[in-house]
Amino acid sequence: MSNPNKVNQISKIFADQKAFIAFLTAGDPSLDKTEEFILAMADAGADLIEIGIPFSDPIAEGPVIEAANERALQVGTTTDKIFAMVRRIRAKTAIPLVFLTYMNPIFVYGGERFFATCEEVGINGVIIPDLPFEEKGEIRELAGSHGLDLITLIAPTSQDRIQMLARDATGFIYLVSSLGVTGVRSEIKTDLAAIIADIRQVSKTPVAVGFGIATPEQATTISKLADGVIVGSAIVRIIAEHGPAATPILSDYVRRMKAALV
Amino acid sequence: MSKGKYGIHGGQYTPETLMNAIIEVEKAYEHYKNDPAFQDELTELLNEYAGRPSRLYFAKKMTADLGGAKIYLKREDLNHTGSHKINNVLGQALLAKKMGKTRLIAETGAGQHGVATATAAALMGFSCEIFMGKEDTDRQALNVFRMRLLGATVHVVTSGTMTLKDAVNETFREWTTRVDDTHYVLGSVMGPHPFPEMVRDFQSVISKEAREQMLQKEGKLPDAVIACVGGGSNAMGAFYNFIPDESVRLIGCEAAGKGVDTEEHAATIARGSLGIFHGMKSYFCQDEYGQIAPVYSISAGLDYPGIGPEHAHLHDSKRAEYVPITDDEAVAAFFYLSRTEGIIPAIESAHAIAYAMVLAPTMSKDQIIIVNVSGRGDKDVAAIARYKGENIHE
Repeated sequence: MSNPNKVNQISKIFADQKAFIAFLTAGDPSLDKTEEFILAMADAGADLIEIGIPFSDPIAEGPVIEAANERALQVGTTTDKIFAMVRRIRAKTAIPLVFLTYMNPIFVYGGERFFATCEEVGINGVIIPDLPFEEKGEIRELAGSHGLDLITLIAPTSQDRIQMLARDATGFIYLVSSLGVTGVRSEIKTDLAAIIADIRQVSKTPVAVGFGIATPEQATTISKLADGVIVGSAIVRIIAEHGPAATPILSDYVRRMKAALV
Repeated sequence: MSKGKYGIHGGQYTPETLMNAIIEVEKAYEHYKNDPAFQDELTELLNEYAGRPSRLYFAKKMTADLGGAKIYLKREDLNHTGSHKINNVLGQALLAKKMGKTRLIAETGAGQHGVATATAAALMGFSCEIFMGKEDTDRQALNVFRMRLLGATVHVVTSGTMTLKDAVNETFREWTTRVDDTHYVLGSVMGPHPFPEMVRDFQSVISKEAREQMLQKEGKLPDAVIACVGGGSNAMGAFYNFIPDESVRLIGCEAAGKGVDTEEHAATIARGSLGIFHGMKSYFCQDEYGQIAPVYSISAGLDYPGIGPEHAHLHDSKRAEYVPITDDEAVAAFFYLSRTEGIIPAIESAHAIAYAMVLAPTMSKDQIIIVNVSGRGDKDVAAIARYKGENIHE
């Protein structure tokens, strides 16, 4: 890793507290609003922001985030415009920022060019849902050489793969709470404690749980088991419902969720 | 370690949630493909149930009319369910049975793969759910009813462009939700490894038979094999056993829709670029930021923005050629074959017929072309009538 300080920025948020990680799709409803939402959520106590680079075919997403991807693309959001937005945000906040996107936008942009630009604008890590362990070799090297963490995803179906995946993880481990795609769920049935125990045997990397979490009660329950809680669809739904006027509602929501972590 | 590579193409770009399911399929396939009992059981199904081997028919009138190379038609349209899709589906359904799965899910474009999957599910006692884009359920209404008749549930996909690509997205999403009892019967030589290899192997029965039939009838190999290409399963099946025969030209016909110079086409090789999507590295129709392009073809089965990784490699290595065929050319060929030989081809297969009509007159009378008639055209009659301005209700 060329820039160890920057990598530490992600781990640091878990150092003496449970972390609240917020996801939103860049460009929904506009990049100016995305910038405003990110700054408001950072002020309200979010510890890390995942910024979704919209993709035409987000196969790991449920209907809520999929619709946000479509809205963002319809208003002409591009990777370059998102980089410009991150540059503006970085002038105003030091909060760790992670991109979430699919392989194709990165590959077609050019791996080296993508990660070099991430480093330049101040992105700390990348989550790529359709890049499994078996295919990540080159991308991991590129990310590492620019000081970015390639976040490891572990799923309820990972079973015998858990330790292989965890051993390699940096930044944080994204533990997928449930089968299926992203989206709010009333109940999470996976035995998260058992998976986290498996991870702990081989890795000290913090574990954050995402997929399906929407309420402060769920956040409390999950934060008893894990180092952090990730919320996406519930935030994207607020943005979908309130559009440009979502800022105060997002701030209030993030404040309540962060307060619910124990 | 990256698996399932064809040159630089292929791979296994799949969410972690599906990796163990895909590895399970891979291991099962590795085991059963070398198991003589499995192969015997599959051959029995293909022969007794699906009606194989399919005929290699000498199209005498078409040959005389075009005045060049002799044209043989590989009659996959005569298979049970009306297309080549049954070859792959019987293989995967049998494998799913061995794996202890009880539920099949599949995407479909024209509906032929959905019908074949629903058929195998009925035969072998699986529950079955098919995902089909809304655009396609409208233009292939007859096949939607056939699937329901066979006991399958048809989910109408309304996301994205509401065509084959979106049906694939939705089937992957469904598989992520329920992997334990469910096998995803991918319908083409695409997706993450092992699907491109497995589907190609199950479809390669087409060229295995065609090669033997040709040697028996003519005592020599053909000079060209022509097949239509969307994802590319019938073409891969028709090409595969001819790949080592270097004298045999392999020609894939892509859907050029309203023309490759318009924005309304699905000509991946002619107009696409390298990308990573639907589990594989290959060529895709996309923009400079890697957003997958909305594609168009009159043929729902070719209306797909990508192509299987082995085709991408055959293109790179120049072993196969890929040519674009427009809607107009395909519709003309649809009528031509119907009236010349009394065979109504699927509008997909008509793309291959169209190129045979261009190529045959340029060849000499002692040369031979095999055209793979991948499916029959009953499903397309109403849509072609509409294209010609007649309003037929199915």
